[in-house]
Amino acid sequence: MGHRTPLYEEHVRAAARMVDFGGWDMPLHYGSQIAEHHAVRRNAGIFDVSHMRTLEVRGPDARPFLRYLLANDVDKLTVLGKALYGCLLNEQGFVLDDLITYYLAEDWFRIVVNAGPADQDIAWFRAHKGGFDVDLTPRPDLAMLAVQGPKALDLAQAVLGPALHVAATRLKPFHSAVHEDVFVARTGYTGEDGFEMLVGADRAADFWRGFVAQGIAPAGLGARDTLRLEAGMNLYGHDMDLSVSPLESGLAWTVSLAPGRDFIGRSALLRQQAQGLRQRLTGLALQGAGVLRHGQVVRCREGEGVLTSGTFSPSLARGIGLARVPVAAVAGESCEVVGRAGQIMAARLVAPPFVRHGRPLIDL
Amino acid sequence: MSKVPVELRYTKSHEWIRATDEGLVVGITDHAQDLMGDMVFVELPKVGAHLVAGKECAVVESVKAASDVYAPVTGEVIAVNQTLAETPETLNSDPYGNAWLFKLRPADKGAAATLMDASAYEALLASEG
Repeated sequence: MGHRTPLYEEHVRAAARMVDFGGWDMPLHYGSQIAEHHAVRRNAGIFDVSHMRTLEVRGPDARPFLRYLLANDVDKLTVLGKALYGCLLNEQGFVLDDLITYYLAEDWFRIVVNAGPADQDIAWFRAHKGGFDVDLTPRPDLAMLAVQGPKALDLAQAVLGPALHVAATRLKPFHSAVHEDVFVARTGYTGEDGFEMLVGADRAADFWRGFVAQGIAPAGLGARDTLRLEAGMNLYGHDMDLSVSPLESGLAWTVSLAPGRDFIGRSALLRQQAQGLRQRLTGLALQGAGVLRHGQVVRCREGEGVLTSGTFSPSLARGIGLARVPVAAVAGESCEVVGRAGQIMAARLVAPPFVRHGRPLIDL
Repeated sequence: MSKVPVELRYTKSHEWIRATDEGLVVGITDHAQDLMGDMVFVELPKVGAHLVAGKECAVVESVKAASDVYAPVTGEVIAVNQTLAETPETLNSDPYGNAWLFKLRPADKGAAATLMDASAYEALLASEG
């Protein structure tokens, strides 16, 4: 048996198909992951993401500590509540995890990490505390809900209450606010509008039931994966891991190599850059019928690549994926994917995202 | 609990077989579709193809996974469900009806009778947990 979130009973009651994810018993779907996908694109859906772990970084050295630990620069966070996406790297410049950092106060940053690597992340933070004056506090007492979709904020209004709803509605994308012990952020993993919230574990089920009663559809990890892939967002453990650098994982935009700041992995990334990158992450779409899968070989003009994520896009009704290909391969070019029985499937490299705010963004 | 119609025959790899005057109709069971989740792609054999019992003859893919379909008995394909290629979701909603995959003329007329009946298949499902 894996770990259970505070919403486990809700999932079981809703007859969810449960699966192991990063050591947690999580809902894969509640009947149809495609219906859940469309609910998020067209209306609103709710995800239990309490398996993701919150870590508080507090103290006078919180900022310099994170400037040293993270590949993105928290000095970009100048407005309270602003969020920053980035990677935690090892000395070799490989990816330990990707995470979001929220700027809550000059001496208080809140970090949300993935379930699978969470323990190793926290150990890593602790091991590199050195002389920094910071306290590191995991928050297993918090549950996390993601309410996503074009109608997420409207449908959530009655449950959030006027003050919290106004606070959430006023937030710009990638900003957060705290209101009476509820943390709400305009972040997500779907490519739709919406919000994520952190609440005490004891209150999570009340919020969950309230949202569902307003017509917000429970959505599982299956829909979460097709939504994030359509939105062109990486999944840790698939699209990047401890064997690759963020520069070859489509995450160069999250790495701040500006002079004047040392961080773990920086010298390795500079070395890699000087030697020249060999691969890059791109989007890929099938021309004909079929489904793309993680691990399939991609044959481009410039050489071979591999699919790091693959699925069937419910919004586009075709196979899509992310692939690591030779660096010279460009969007628009045709390629071939080797199927599970060795069959050749015609595909095209495309620049992600595939879908945002309910609309297809690729032309095939 | 998944449905297991009493009038059908079954395989260990979760195909069902219906004996008709024209031949054997083959599909995948309710249990199989439930395990796989939302179906999005089907690859069928060609009419006239000669199938060998226990060999792959079709593919069904859900968002989550791909799975081979195995020929329940040896024989020749006499019809395939072309509509299903356009509407693979029928495998989820009507696995024993509109989501039949293909029809087979068995080499040995008695072959279907050697396959599991409904109670044997139910016992198999119970043992698989």
